[in-house]
Amino acid sequence: MSRIRERYGASPLHLLGHLVVFAITLWAISHVFDGREPWNFVVWFVAAALLHDLLLLPFYSVLDRVAQALPGPRSAVNFVRVPALMSGVMLLVYFPRILDRAPGNYTRVSGFDPEGYMRNWLLITAALFMASALLYVGRSAAARRRSR
Amino acid sequence: MRLFPAKPPPGPFRPGFFRSPLRGPWLTSLLGSLLLVAMFLVSITGLLSHAAYQPDLGANAIVPTGADAPWLNIGWPTHPSWLYALTQGTHVTLGIIAVPLLLAKLWSVIPRLFAWPPVASPAQALERLSLLALVGGALFQFATGIVNAQVYYPFKFGFVTAHYYGAWVFMSALVIHVLVKLPTIRRAYRERGVLKPLRESLEQTRPEPYDPDGLVSERPAEPTLSRRGLLGVVGAMTAGLFVVTAGQSIGGPLRRTALLAPRGRVRGNGPNDFEVNKTAATAKITPKMTGDGYRLKVQGRKTVELSRAQLLALPQHTEHLPIACVEGWSTTQAWTGVRLRDLAVLAGMPASTQLHVGSLQEAGALRQATLESGQVADERSLLALKVNGADLSPDHGYPARVIVPALPGVHCTKWVATLDFRA
Repeated sequence: MSRIRERYGASPLHLLGHLVVFAITLWAISHVFDGREPWNFVVWFVAAALLHDLLLLPFYSVLDRVAQALPGPRSAVNFVRVPALMSGVMLLVYFPRILDRAPGNYTRVSGFDPEGYMRNWLLITAALFMASALLYVGRSAAARRRSR
Repeated sequence: MRLFPAKPPPGPFRPGFFRSPLRGPWLTSLLGSLLLVAMFLVSITGLLSHAAYQPDLGANAIVPTGADAPWLNIGWPTHPSWLYALTQGTHVTLGIIAVPLLLAKLWSVIPRLFAWPPVASPAQALERLSLLALVGGALFQFATGIVNAQVYYPFKFGFVTAHYYGAWVFMSALVIHVLVKLPTIRRAYRERGVLKPLRESLEQTRPEPYDPDGLVSERPAEPTLSRRGLLGVVGAMTAGLFVVTAGQSIGGPLRRTALLAPRGRVRGNGPNDFEVNKTAATAKITPKMTGDGYRLKVQGRKTVELSRAQLLALPQHTEHLPIACVEGWSTTQAWTGVRLRDLAVLAGMPASTQLHVGSLQEAGALRQATLESGQVADERSLLALKVNGADLSPDHGYPARVIVPALPGVHCTKWVATLDFRA
């Protein structure tokens, strides 16, 4: 037992559990291989992880560094972060409609053209930044009054 | 033998590259626990949706039968009528609003991706491979589900099959991940308290104590946000997505704020002004097919052909029932028509008989559906001819469509051509 632990690096249960996961994964992939475009499935699976870890995360981390480096009081950065993140995650989730990808599909199923998503997103974004700015101005004024 | 040099290459592999003072086992444990609750509900409702399609009946299966988990075929009830609207609304809405939590959880563990050496033992190698299944699986499931709800298909594989098998990869990898990490989570909660670190203000915020897993930064920057603040930001992102999305499923005043939901629009005040999943034009249904020559073929022990006028002459019933789409939106309307059980009896069959429904639509997916006997026997199951007092519009299935309580929308066949009752 202890020899397995030494060689393998964890308990035999750890090994067993992981083998079950890989068996299920292979079962799933083999069945997807009966279907259309199996390699495309595998590519998307791996690409999803790579796109997030090596593109999206570094991208927003750099943006955050830039925001922190902007002139102004240190406490101001969260008033930019919150509306930017709220608006950003809406774009991430709804980019197919906001950027009007494959509008024909949408019209075919719903009977209507997918209009107004870009406008709505821009208005929401403007409203979020406006609300954040008002909150910031209000709080700074209150803080100044307190310190006087 | 050493596979990797002792000194890590420059960049993210170096300790101290990641500088957030908030990362640590406690933060990841809390984000992970919250995400786990969401993923549990999304997984269960996803499997329920698979069951609701009743893939064991007729030609209902989309995922090839035999290559499936047969114990999922648990049948599907007709009570309560909003069951599928609830489960599928939860699946889609919760999946969408869990995106910020997923991103935050992945952000909290990013230093682990660049651990050095990349592989220290066979156990760790297996664990990292299973994490590819977990992270790849989670992002794959979120991405495919979210673009499907917006009818955007940038990939070449079939959505349903891939989302179904992807779910098994994701769920199994998630179970093993939770089991492996359970001791770490328990230690973090025991040492720091489950919620206690949320009480700290920005001034009181300190990095978590050193941990061997390398989540805690060795060169922490000055905090700009407390842990409570971080949770608050994630909460604000979640709330924002909820406000612009949930109205398409919940309705009421939230429908007005569903500004980005794919199907949140208020189309007008007419009796037929609610969402459509497939237009008559797309299904290639022509006025000639639905005009005076239209006959509904009802088969059982005997075969009866009925015109729309003859259908209207049969006893009519009105039921308030939701139509709930697999894409998450739903809407409740007042449907009027003939009970399916009455039509079964007309064909010389018992009221409780399996039914195969065929559409006038000649080609394409989901132009047929098989219902189980309990769904046919339910008094509220109708072959609807009218909605909200008016004739069905062509897009809503004129001359006749099926509406069954709690049945997924795409199985409520439109432009019905044949009803085949089978003992």
